[in-house]
Amino acid sequence: MALTVFKKPEAMSKNITHYCPGCTHGVIHRLVAEALDELGLRERTVGIAPVGCAVLAYNYFTVDFQEAAHGRAPAMATGLKRTRPDLIVFTYQGDGDLASIGTAEIIHAANRGEKITVIFVNNAIYGMTGGQLAPTTMPGQVTTTSPQGRNVAEMGYPLRVADMLATLRTPAYIARTAVHTPQMVVQAKQCIKRAFDYQARGVCFSLVEVLSTCPTNWGIAPVESTAWLEQNMAPYFPIREYKRPEEA
Amino acid sequence: MGERLLMKGNEAIGEAAILAGCRAYFCYPITPQTEVAEYLARRMPEVGGVFLQGESEVAVGYMLFGAAAGGSKVFTTSSSPGVSLLAEAMSYLAAAELPVVIGNVMRNGPGLGGILPAQADYFQATKGGGHGDYRCLVLAPASVQEAVDMMLLAFAKAEEYRVPVLLLADGMIGQMMEPVEFPVFAEPPSRYTSGHEEWATTGARGRGQHLVKTLFLNPDAAWAHNLKLKAKYDRIEANEVRYEAVDTQGEMDVLIVSFGTMARVCRTAMETLQDKGLKVGMIRPISLYPFPAQAIREAASRSRLVVSVELSMGQMVEDVDRAVQGKAPVRWYGKAGGLVPVPDDVSAAILGMVEG
Ligand SMILES: Cc1ncc(C[n+]2csc(CCOP(=O)(O)OP(=O)(O)O)c2C)c(N)n1
Ligand code: SF4
Repeated sequence: MALTVFKKPEAMSKNITHYCPGCTHGVIHRLVAEALDELGLRERTVGIAPVGCAVLAYNYFTVDFQEAAHGRAPAMATGLKRTRPDLIVFTYQGDGDLASIGTAEIIHAANRGEKITVIFVNNAIYGMTGGQLAPTTMPGQVTTTSPQGRNVAEMGYPLRVADMLATLRTPAYIARTAVHTPQMVVQAKQCIKRAFDYQARGVCFSLVEVLSTCPTNWGIAPVESTAWLEQNMAPYFPIREYKRPEEA
Repeated sequence: MGERLLMKGNEAIGEAAILAGCRAYFCYPITPQTEVAEYLARRMPEVGGVFLQGESEVAVGYMLFGAAAGGSKVFTTSSSPGVSLLAEAMSYLAAAELPVVIGNVMRNGPGLGGILPAQADYFQATKGGGHGDYRCLVLAPASVQEAVDMMLLAFAKAEEYRVPVLLLADGMIGQMMEPVEFPVFAEPPSRYTSGHEEWATTGARGRGQHLVKTLFLNPDAAWAHNLKLKAKYDRIEANEVRYEAVDTQGEMDVLIVSFGTMARVCRTAMETLQDKGLKVGMIRPISLYPFPAQAIREAASRSRLVVSVELSMGQMVEDVDRAVQGKAPVRWYGKAGGLVPVPDDVSAAILGMVEG
């Protein structure tokens, strides 16, 4: 008798992703889909796609989707969830989308305690537009708009979104995780599943920041990218759960 | 019709949204429309609806998007500077073919301007505001009663065409109190947009994915989408022109074109001019987009002069000029900065044009 050990989650479509080789957006998509399957939420979930490399995220899921303007996904999620409280609503956003142009939207959605889940993909760069400086770009990191490397005297230090949102009293679940090693993938899955589970149980706002790679715009090979993330991003962006509703 | 009430325009607009079935209102405070928000902050919870003050009009625009794409009837109101911030979302709402109603209780600009009535957002309302080829149906009330009736029409048309509808009122309409009657419906309208089951994002239970989006990377697909929108705007132009014609029969000395509060002032000015023996008629556009160009052209062909009277430095006059197509000289009269001409200002100005 054949035993299925690996299959496509039902919440995932059959389409082949457009992401670059070694990009971890696809891994994060899969973790979201697995979480939705395992929690039995697929049929009442609506995703909000960002503007960024994940703008076409809806091609890879079998759940309903809305496509946002740059940075506005949390406002759209707010409008949807408030008027359709029975839905499970999540946004999937990059660091330019969420941490730059969409800072007002994310802070206020978190602070109002919108009962949504935010998957925040931090790859320290603008991927889609070809590698410009992001608020999360590392000190000294070369991008097309910081050709001498991020100069903190002029551009400030990278924005720690999870830390910042964890200072707010309202949000229920704030965590930072990563997907650059198999162990981290397992941990990331746990965080993402928790975040959706809290939403399904009607517990306030949840956000999971996921450290992610962008080999194309970092200008290094996929394997080296995981090492670069480990050595540069992980020490600055602590991988931990910041806030859990049980602790509130 | 129900009982006759004395109500402030802004509050009547809020009540009319509820009457239309709308149970979701998102807003950001700005004078002179804040009473709509304050009214609905009380009323929405009473009728089991959603009231939410957003962090900015930018965010409010996308709260409308999220709710409308979920199939709900949704409404916001703002005033000029706030509508500039809503403009980004209006382009996306139009592109995604979402039915929403947006009220602009106009104040004077540009910039922060002031909080007094104006009609200087005419270009923004009728020509875009946001980017790309899109249109909003634009309705301009001249009384509190008309604002109420138009709100019901706005929700109906937003749903019928799946377009954003703009109620373009000026601060005077929002702030003044007038008697108003609300129609009574045997069956209260639904809080959801009819037919939303076909496209809204309500969860893919037992069906394929529903997707509400505006990105078309393939130029052929983008072209097809633009053509689809254009066909809809053509239908709107063919079917949704609304205007009021006053004394426009026969030969005229002057044809006035004016809308909203300014048109009411013009009504009184017309009497003064008529008393002086002038034949004066007026066309009051009720829909600013689509613009009643044909009616204006036809009436202009029987008039010696056409005057566009506006609370702006001359915006609608460009559409009037285009409508008239040289059949009569076209002039502008108006005031901006929050000043509203009194009837004698208008009649004197027009008399000057006729004699000059
Ligand atoms: C209003 C607006 N400004 C700018 C852009 C251009 N733009 C598209 S994606 C993007 C940045 C995306 O970067 P990020 O959010 O980090 O996502 P990633 O592509 O790295 O996944 C920008 C600036 C836009 N689409 N809209
Ligand atoms: S550009 Fe970067 S973020 Fe975008 S798909 Fe390629 S690797 Fe991924």
